[in-house]
Amino acid sequence: MEPLKKNNAPLGWMGIHRGHQARPVEWLAEKLIFLVSLSAIAMVLLIFLFVAREALPVFFGETNTALVQQIIPTAELDKHSDAEIQRYLELTPEQFKNMDKETLKTLMDVKIEALNDVPENFRNDPDAHVNTTDWKYLLKAHQWNGYDQPEYIWQPVGQIKKFNIIPLFVGTLKVTLIGLGFAVPLAVGAAIYVSQLARPRIRETVKPMIEMLSGIPSVVVGVFALIVMASVLQKIFGYQTRLNAFVAGIALGFAVIPVIFSIAEDALTSVPRAYTQAALALGASRWQTSWQIVLPAALPGVFAAAVLGFGRAIGETMIVLMVCSASVMSWNVFDSARSITTTIAAEMAEAVNGGPHYRILFMLGALLFAATFVSNMIGDFVIHRFKNKLEGKR
Amino acid sequence: MKKLFTLLAAIAITANMQAGNITVKGSDTLVILAQKWAEVYMGEHKDVKIQVTGGGTGTGFAALQNQTTDLCDASRKAKPAEIANCLKAFGKRPTEYKVALDGLSVYVNPENSLKELTLDQVKDIFTGKVKNWKDVGGPDAPITVYSRENSSGTYEFFKEHVLKGSDFAASAQTMPGTAAIVQAVVKDKGAIGYGGAAYGGGSKLLAIKKDEASPAITPTEETVVNGTYPIWRHLFVYLDPAKDKGETAAYLNWIRSDEGQKYTKEVGYYPLPKNLRSN
Repeated sequence: MEPLKKNNAPLGWMGIHRGHQARPVEWLAEKLIFLVSLSAIAMVLLIFLFVAREALPVFFGETNTALVQQIIPTAELDKHSDAEIQRYLELTPEQFKNMDKETLKTLMDVKIEALNDVPENFRNDPDAHVNTTDWKYLLKAHQWNGYDQPEYIWQPVGQIKKFNIIPLFVGTLKVTLIGLGFAVPLAVGAAIYVSQLARPRIRETVKPMIEMLSGIPSVVVGVFALIVMASVLQKIFGYQTRLNAFVAGIALGFAVIPVIFSIAEDALTSVPRAYTQAALALGASRWQTSWQIVLPAALPGVFAAAVLGFGRAIGETMIVLMVCSASVMSWNVFDSARSITTTIAAEMAEAVNGGPHYRILFMLGALLFAATFVSNMIGDFVIHRFKNKLEGKR
Repeated sequence: MKKLFTLLAAIAITANMQAGNITVKGSDTLVILAQKWAEVYMGEHKDVKIQVTGGGTGTGFAALQNQTTDLCDASRKAKPAEIANCLKAFGKRPTEYKVALDGLSVYVNPENSLKELTLDQVKDIFTGKVKNWKDVGGPDAPITVYSRENSSGTYEFFKEHVLKGSDFAASAQTMPGTAAIVQAVVKDKGAIGYGGAAYGGGSKLLAIKKDEASPAITPTEETVVNGTYPIWRHLFVYLDPAKDKGETAAYLNWIRSDEGQKYTKEVGYYPLPKNLRSN
């Protein structure tokens, strides 16, 4: 071991706050931990960059899904410049360089075959000539051929691919809000009961049991909801669609309750005992104390719990995927819904690599990432405001 | 020096063993059948190792173009974009083999009194034009439509060939698999769904009429193989033509022989008609 330096000795950079020089091993360990924490941030950043990169062509309008496109006959290969052919065949310059004439010709043949494959009844469809990955079609209702009115439609597979993402956003919000509406009162109520009102013995059984809920894999919750809950709830409420956003939301609630409960319970327990004692000494009942003193004092923590619950709910895939997944454009809770995560999970495997559907799914991922990021930021901001207010700071 | 030789010999043996390795990836529809084939074939040819994974037809094509799989199982024909991707990757069109037949049945709840539908009626129900069973000769009850995820080859086939390219009703519930559709149909009195005939346990299979004048036909081996049942499709295997030799070619040949085709029925599909077999 290294002897400690005298007080007047210059302090090492890492040792400044400890009043002694850090030992090499400690210094190394500290650096390593620092690197590990950095790598977590780097991972998140890299994932976002990857997702965004795959989605970029959609943002720049480089994808084209028009069914009927300009065709260059294979025989005219030599009449066109290399750059034209490369763009026409959607090749990277490198791919183009490594390709012989024969392969280029086959690729051009495939293009023509694709056009010939289009069934007769779609040739003259006005929708066959438009690029459906245009923002206009992604965000606004459009009256497609064969529909009576403009509609928001997500039907990404088929001759004319319809990529309207609004029903997915509506579905995601619908299911998430139902889930939170179910989970927040229950979880916060349970947290108040466990931390303030329950006798120690009851607390010691109830708390681990609620926290154990988080150990149930979401697939299992999904199967349970799909087979049992859907039928029971339909009997109680008597709605028509058996599998709908309501069932999914309630099932989602079960996945979210333990998250909200444990954070809210921590927040409530960490309210200084002096608050409770003062309130009780002034003659407040236990109910008044917990409702009017402890809960307001712990509000930032409870709010943080709800925000984290929101993050968990909006990102949950399996439950929603199993219970309901029709991309209906409707705010009715008893209609079905399709969430963004469900869409990505269910469709990514089959989307043609690098094709428009693939790009749009990545774009949805990027948007979801941005949405959770912003909601967490807002949550953080509000928590700080709350805290400052409670502590009397401005 | 001696050690070096042993090492080289060991490497040579491993390389040799790898020559008998076939990887198969793709359609989830085909995965059970592909596993069955692999199992039987490996039992007969001890030196061949066949690895089968699912993931979906699109995943199979992606793996084919990345050359991480030898064979790609497909429950639909390759799309032009996928052929183009293969051309970009290995400069050739992938070779296509038909390996089995699949009849798609239309399921309803066993309590539904309806027995048959025409293809047009099926189309109208799944596109959402008909919303009540009484409009197609059934009881007065609303129809709940169950469909597959759009990643499924079955979904695409149904959309192109039964709905003639029209969109499914927006309210159609998409389920992650055929078994899930059957499960939902059995639980829901007004339900209708579609999928492989073998999966239909517990639900009722409807007889399908090609048009108003044709007889109603239930899906059986005979009606699917001779083509009188109107909703059926081929199942395919695709591969890089450069790899269509040696063990792989022998395996493909065996799959398409009378011997290999025997196993299609065991897992709920139908054998190829005689003229498409390899012997």
